[in-house]
Amino acid sequence: MLTLTAILVDGVVYASWLFVVAIGLTLIYGVMNILNIAHGSLYALGAYAAAWAVGEYFAAGYPPFGSFAVLLLAAIAVGLLFGLVIERGVLKWMYGRDEIVIVLVTYAVFLILEDVMKLVWGVESYMPYQPRYLLGNVDIGGLPFVVYDLALVGLAVVVGGAVWFGINRTRPGKLLHAVIFDREIARAMGINVTRVFTVTFVIGAVLGALGGAFTAPLISVVPGIGVEVIVLAFAVVVTGGLGSIEGAAVGALIVGLGRATAVHLLPQVELFVVFGVMTLVLALRPQGLFGRTVVRKI
Amino acid sequence: MTRADYTVPGLTGALLALLAVHPFLPGWALNTIGLSLAVGLVVLGMLVLKRAGLVSFGQGLYFGLGGYGAAMAGVFLGVTDFFLLCLFGVLAAGLVAFVLGFLLSRYRGIFFAMLSLAFSMILYGLLVNSAALGSTDGFGVAPPTYLGYDTGGGSRLGFLLYGLTCLLSFGCAVAVHRYLASTMGYIGEGIRENEVRVEYLGTSVRRAIHVKYVMAAALAGLGGVLTVLFIGHVTPDDTVYWTRSGEFVFVTILSGTGNVAAPFLGAILFELIRTYALQYAPNFWQMLLGSTLLLVILFLPGGLWSVGRLIRGRRHGGA
Amino acid sequence: MVVLEARGLNKSFGAVVAAADINIAFREREVVGIIGANGAGKTTFINMVTGYLKPDTGTILYRDRPITGLTSREITRLGIHRSFQVPQIFAELTVFDNVLAALGIAAAIRPGFWRPLRTPELSARADAILERYHIADYHDQMAGALPQGVRKLLDIAMAMVGDTSVLLLDEPTSGISADEKMNEMDTVMAALKAADVTVLFVEHDMEVVERYAQRVVAFYDGAIIADGAPDAVLNDTDVRTYVIGPELHRRA
Repeated sequence: MLTLTAILVDGVVYASWLFVVAIGLTLIYGVMNILNIAHGSLYALGAYAAAWAVGEYFAAGYPPFGSFAVLLLAAIAVGLLFGLVIERGVLKWMYGRDEIVIVLVTYAVFLILEDVMKLVWGVESYMPYQPRYLLGNVDIGGLPFVVYDLALVGLAVVVGGAVWFGINRTRPGKLLHAVIFDREIARAMGINVTRVFTVTFVIGAVLGALGGAFTAPLISVVPGIGVEVIVLAFAVVVTGGLGSIEGAAVGALIVGLGRATAVHLLPQVELFVVFGVMTLVLALRPQGLFGRTVVRKI
Repeated sequence: MTRADYTVPGLTGALLALLAVHPFLPGWALNTIGLSLAVGLVVLGMLVLKRAGLVSFGQGLYFGLGGYGAAMAGVFLGVTDFFLLCLFGVLAAGLVAFVLGFLLSRYRGIFFAMLSLAFSMILYGLLVNSAALGSTDGFGVAPPTYLGYDTGGGSRLGFLLYGLTCLLSFGCAVAVHRYLASTMGYIGEGIRENEVRVEYLGTSVRRAIHVKYVMAAALAGLGGVLTVLFIGHVTPDDTVYWTRSGEFVFVTILSGTGNVAAPFLGAILFELIRTYALQYAPNFWQMLLGSTLLLVILFLPGGLWSVGRLIRGRRHGGA
Repeated sequence: MVVLEARGLNKSFGAVVAAADINIAFREREVVGIIGANGAGKTTFINMVTGYLKPDTGTILYRDRPITGLTSREITRLGIHRSFQVPQIFAELTVFDNVLAALGIAAAIRPGFWRPLRTPELSARADAILERYHIADYHDQMAGALPQGVRKLLDIAMAMVGDTSVLLLDEPTSGISADEKMNEMDTVMAALKAADVTVLFVEHDMEVVERYAQRVVAFYDGAIIADGAPDAVLNDTDVRTYVIGPELHRRA
């Protein structure tokens, strides 16, 4: 019974983390048809920026609860900056080329950013643990949990809700739908597709950085944390269907619960479970749970 | 009018040259050549896939299966023969590819790339978490014997290993060259250009991709065996981790797909730069890789081999 | 002798009815023009016959053998070939390589992987095909850089590779200038006459239809509204209303 509680809570917390990280990835793919491998870099950048900012903040002796705002601001700052740099500086020269070429480009950017982070922040580890313990602990079914970890679920809900609302209930969101559906026609109707791309990419970047920033207090921030994230985020997004927000949520839940089960029962198969689930879903439904198929017209 | 094809004579000349210089080269050079040829084999397989329009981000899986196949045959079955070790490695890679190919041949583009990456990470996770399979330490591999002949624990840079590596690379290059000129080769080009037309001509695209995938895996597996024999050791991080697959992708783009010799040239260049970079500026290595990749994609999309084409001023299909 | 037959074909895409209870039969060596407004269901019909789409209900028979549900490549191997509205060619290969590849694939069920494709005999056959379709001048040009008319001819040439029994041409002259149209169709029909095939061609240009079709079938809204000799069909009131328009303008 204890194990079941642990699996459920861990699974949902992990799923929330996955969702926040993956939602930016799926948004960018849905609108721009780009699988952004550098999303892992944005995650890491968010973590580093948050770690540094939190360190400075607490060293300066400001009120502890403000550190949550610090995390948020660090994510936004880094997401804005690097999102713009990547999209305007590199990607804009690549639109129209094969999707696999663009993936290679984002891969190249990822490699470059890995070393940029080493240059800026060095290779030692940062541990901005302070915000994590501000909210204390709570008891669920006899097991102690850190409230911060549970609050990640709240963060996921807020982020997911905001993105969903933004896309489905606002006017800019309708423009997004148009671009997703048919780029050429959207352009012909006067939508500034270039600007839509830039804004989408920056939002996706901020979301990725957000994932990193709020995860930073849980981990030790070192070079290379962006790597496993990208592979996991991809598994989540593909299982749920590339481009679908609902899919990212469902995918995150499936992967999160699956992984939690593995971790508690048979740790060796952790990654195996994650990708095994993805493979199973794809074998039965190649476009993912909520993905849409495009039949080629001839 | 077709251009004369100098590939096989060129490869033969290269083989003879490599064999001839063996006594004169220092150890590190022989090592570099051996490891480059092994990488070249992996990239040769990726060339076949790229001609069909596919990029695998997970050849590390088969590179690792090759290395581990050979290592485990040695550790658990006591196999030491070079040819048997190669067979074990290639079979391990080929069989897994045959099974995975049923799923992967249904995908293209990004899906194909990332699924292949995912499978390599599954193996990585399995290896790292299992003590029986060596965990992060991996296995040591003793110098091989050759049809009974034992070099008596001699240097790995002896003529037999080096020579056989050169010979095998030559053989595979020539075989792939023939393959690309055959109907299957043209089908590959067709798949890249227009799958609908290929199906309407009466042949199965999926089956063709499945075959090419297994071929690429077998080549990567062979590369893995050879690498492991040169180094004497196999670990998950050296072979299966995504960074290795990423390096293979890099060399594929760097070399271009114009000719079967291109992967080997790209691999040697890559190995040389890597040795220097890791020694003098290890924190800039990834930046160097990334920047070079960007530059190649932007300004030389056909890779290094296309420089030769540009110089000759002729255009020929097949990028 | 009936070579191709459709019985009770139905196909809808959501609210759009592309095929409404199609029943039709074609005889050996017929040359049939298929006309109808855009969206009337002509291409859908071709797609279903050649296995690219599955009908919702109904059967398709080839020489009395049901072929509904077979894949495009199986249907091709049986002898039913087609050309496309938008020519489906290999853009980054030369015209010659396009035809060579087609020949190589058609030659054997199991494609070879060791013997070179470009043998003297196969090259000669490819050259002959280029000659037959009057595109030999474009021998070494990239297929992607061809003018539309040549592209269409290449597409049709590739469709005719192998043993063709029934050939479906989807708008063979669309996108070609008015002066060139008849040249192109003349070339195609001459090449086909030698080959003894049943030809079904979809066309919007009634002059082309009048000139080459022995029989005309008119589609409207997924259904066949007329079927018979060109004169009869082209003068039919329904066909006039729904397909051609009240008057047929003839060139001087």
